[in-house]
Amino acid sequence: MEILVFLVPLALMLGGAGLVAFLWSLKSGQYDDLDGAAWRAIADDDPPPQEAPAKR
Amino acid sequence: MQVTRDFSHYVRAAGAGHQHIDLAVEGVHCAGCMAKIERGLSAIPDVTLARVNLTDRRVALEWKEGTLDPARFIDRLEELGYKAYPYETESAEATEVAESRFLLRCLGVAAFAAMNVMMLSIPVWSGNVSDMLPEQRDFFHWLSALIALPAAAYAGQPFFRSAWRALSNKTTNMDVPISIGVCLALGMSVVETVNHAEHAYFDAAIMLLTFLLVGRFLDQNMRRRTRAVAGNLAALKAETAAKFVGPDEITQVPVAAIHPGDIVLLRPGERCAVDGTVIEGRSEIDQSLITGETLYVTAEHGTPVYAGSMNISGTLRVRVSAASEATLLAEIARLLDNALAARSRYMRLADRASRLYAPVVHATALITVLGWVIAGASWHDAIVTGVAVLIITCPCALGLAIPTVQTVTSGAMFKSGVLLNSGDAIERLAEADHVIFDKTGTLTLPDLDVTNAADIPTNMFELAGRLALSSHHPVAAAVAQAAVAKSPIVGAVEEAGQGVRAVVDGVEIRLGRPSFCGAEALVVGADLDPEASIVAFSKDAEKFILSVRQGLRPDAQAVIAALKDRGIGVEILSGDRAPAVIAAAQALGIAEWRAGVTPADKIARIEELKRRGAKVLMVGDGMNDAPSLAAAHVSMSPISAAHLSQATADLVFLGRPLAPVVAAIDSARKALRLMRQNLWLAIGYNVLAVPVAISGVVTPLIAAAAMSGSSMLVMLNSLRARSASREIV
Repeated sequence: MEILVFLVPLALMLGGAGLVAFLWSLKSGQYDDLDGAAWRAIADDDPPPQEAPAKR
Repeated sequence: MQVTRDFSHYVRAAGAGHQHIDLAVEGVHCAGCMAKIERGLSAIPDVTLARVNLTDRRVALEWKEGTLDPARFIDRLEELGYKAYPYETESAEATEVAESRFLLRCLGVAAFAAMNVMMLSIPVWSGNVSDMLPEQRDFFHWLSALIALPAAAYAGQPFFRSAWRALSNKTTNMDVPISIGVCLALGMSVVETVNHAEHAYFDAAIMLLTFLLVGRFLDQNMRRRTRAVAGNLAALKAETAAKFVGPDEITQVPVAAIHPGDIVLLRPGERCAVDGTVIEGRSEIDQSLITGETLYVTAEHGTPVYAGSMNISGTLRVRVSAASEATLLAEIARLLDNALAARSRYMRLADRASRLYAPVVHATALITVLGWVIAGASWHDAIVTGVAVLIITCPCALGLAIPTVQTVTSGAMFKSGVLLNSGDAIERLAEADHVIFDKTGTLTLPDLDVTNAADIPTNMFELAGRLALSSHHPVAAAVAQAAVAKSPIVGAVEEAGQGVRAVVDGVEIRLGRPSFCGAEALVVGADLDPEASIVAFSKDAEKFILSVRQGLRPDAQAVIAALKDRGIGVEILSGDRAPAVIAAAQALGIAEWRAGVTPADKIARIEELKRRGAKVLMVGDGMNDAPSLAAAHVSMSPISAAHLSQATADLVFLGRPLAPVVAAIDSARKALRLMRQNLWLAIGYNVLAVPVAISGVVTPLIAAAAMSGSSMLVMLNSLRARSASREIV
């Protein structure tokens, strides 16, 4: 059962990493436009380079 | 005089030498629109950011400072086929957005903690029935505490704060039993962990928070979305005024940038966007949005004009005054304040339920503790059982029962064109059993229409419509619109206060007052609508008269019939004169009506109905309706309503039909039924679970399964509210 000493912190670190990632994505505005995000996934995003919409 | 547009009021600095503006855009609804707009705007040199937000229907734009005029973006969007206007975030909306983000953060933290605590709880549950060592169990419990305690302290904030607010006001709400349940569950679990006990309830407490936060977030998100759409609609009305910046130079500026003392120009056919006094010019103005009166009022030097009035015939110069200086508005504001103060705070269903629920549950827990002590159990065991009762009865399903239905219903209403201003409006609307309609602008459409178009030969009507394009007079505009005229007649001459004339194929045609067209004879003999404005059209010797008036909303009759079918009383209270009101009442089959009523009379009538026990739904649009909207049990106004009325109404409906009124009542009634069902489901769950808890055989596994099961059931039942708005009239 000594393996728990490694496995438990590892599991918690992975969970914590997920939480940090979520909080970061929230802060950077990725949840501000969920409807738009759904469409952007299938949008045609190869305009000529000089016309490329500025990305945040 | 040169007219320029000035949007500098909406532009803000975005740092690093860039400027930012937000535009509300109409008609964006798919990926194609987004790509088209973003590419179209990015193609303008010096634009550094063009990003569409499809949820809020807005575009955020940034460009290098001083290189571009924001008016150019609006023109560009117009070329692309979208109507756009600068948008200014109101503080109310900013608060909603911040609140929504905070709830999402809390939900993220709670969900993370719930998953990890569950990961530690499952080994304990399976270990308890097999070969887990007590030291290992303690280790897992301590780890759970390490995760659950800080997470609950953070994610529980929305509930703790609300419970604290309620307690310090010496009332109670649903958040009080929730907070007590969560705190006790966590506290007891820590004590049990210290005592090396078998059971700890960290998972139950944190899962409870997660479920409740889901409901709370969905509710908040819906509210935020409604507010964003309402904000866009307000922005797209593009209320501007022509402000004098020099003796002969005017600039079209947004209303927000106009200050008392400024002088604005009001041209014929324009709606006044500010309050003020006429200092030059002479005209007739239509004040129906303010007083309900459809006859025009003469305006000359010294006449006060109010925001919302329409200028009919001549050009006016208006000196802007502060809103409070206008006497009529001050009177309305006073009545409105009184009505708001007298509005008895409505007891929401959720609060009523929790008021009954909390004492019963807490008493049951206490009796359980005492009962076990009397039966000979130790104080420790008795208290553990008592706390288990509180955990199992913690109103998870009860806390979700109402917000989830509200969220689904407001979503359904949103789709059928009704925006909710206040959360408890659904419950109050469901109870309404008497509807009072205002006439002007509510039962009738706000704009004018030609009523006898069928009596006139089509080619003549078309010609009249084309001629009407050369005039700014609202009646002419109505003729032009009714005739679907596109190409104006070259060389048309407008004679102020008389009409328009032009020569076509060597024949003179005229449109205007009957005397202007030599058609008095037709008017004298004819049986005419007393409410309509009569204009004449003549082509040489052929003469016709056109009757122009505000028409009833197309489906008004069907809506009134539908309301009566549902057993709802209907009446009209209008500030307009009796003949106009009688005509509308007869056309719609409404027996009860009152004409020429003042705002104070309207309130008196509502109070009278209240005393008889009726729950009144007031539907009105005018400034004069605002106090009665506040005084009624629940209120609605059309999107074309005066600002004050729209802000006061509980619900706002979009578009020309009146059908949303019935659709909203139907959805609200269905929603109330579902809320009650959900409450019974939650109570039924408690009836089953409480005896188990009292007998002291509850384990954390049973608690977790029972609580999530009942929450799921309630959420699924709430989804049935989605179909509520499909059948309209």
